[in-house]
Amino acid sequence: MQIKVRLFATLREGRGKERMEEVADNTTPAHIFQLLDISPKDVAILLVNGMDGKPDQILKEGDTVSIFPPVGGG
Amino acid sequence: MEKRYLKNEQMLSREENLSLREKRVAVIGCGGLGGHILEQLARLGIGYITAMDGDVFDETNLNRQLLCHTRNIGRSKALEALEHLQRVNPGVQVQAIDCLLTPENALTVLAGNDAICDALDNMPSRMLLQQSAQSLGIPLVYGAIAGWYGQVTTLMPGDSMLESIFQGGNERGIETELGNPAFTPALVASIQVAEVVKILTGKGELLRKRMLMINTLDQEYEVFDF
Repeated sequence: MQIKVRLFATLREGRGKERMEEVADNTTPAHIFQLLDISPKDVAILLVNGMDGKPDQILKEGDTVSIFPPVGGG
Repeated sequence: MEKRYLKNEQMLSREENLSLREKRVAVIGCGGLGGHILEQLARLGIGYITAMDGDVFDETNLNRQLLCHTRNIGRSKALEALEHLQRVNPGVQVQAIDCLLTPENALTVLAGNDAICDALDNMPSRMLLQQSAQSLGIPLVYGAIAGWYGQVTTLMPGDSMLESIFQGGNERGIETELGNPAFTPALVASIQVAEVVKILTGKGELLRKRMLMINTLDQEYEVFDF
């Protein structure tokens, strides 16, 4: 199935800002992290279809996964 | 109405403008975000401002921290904030607390405020601040910066989103690799102050249960729901 992946800030380096990925059924965001060589500790915010997501939730055809690194300065 | 506050109107009504003089806002962190937040709150005429920071100014702060200049390197950020704000607006009362936020002092420092600004620079302190604001029932405006990027959201009493935005478990974020330029704290701080004014006056729409993501590198501004 096709999943859209949106990447933000430094996660775009070497990956681009938006990608379409062909993945197996029952793929989770955690699988997407592995696919894109993103360490879970480099993910502060995960959204699925623009809403708060969980790394182990099952994705559906056409879902959009948005991944943000931690931003903590002040 | 004092002339100094006239240009707050009519985006604020006369009543709303005057009401700011009775309001209490705490700013936790007097560095990049905090300096700009404090400056703006004082100019707007927020009557009671708490400026908290346990740190002193360092040369590396000069590129972006509004309150830092060549003559106050090594001096307490909170005490310098007090001195500066008293010059900007002697009509507002400023309390400077020159120590770090801890579990022992958080509730005492924060109690009695109408809004709190998160201008901290590390996740554990931000979590403490959020928990304290929630237990006191005080609205909290969160802001964070890293290089070209920034985030702002407003947490009203009863809202909870710690887990959603701090998933990786890190103490700090990509600001450790990117640094921070002069414009990013100014931009994010300004949005935080706008949120504070809306909390205090009840006007407009807050960034509640949603986060504004700022990217000045590509000039992308997007709001995400939580």
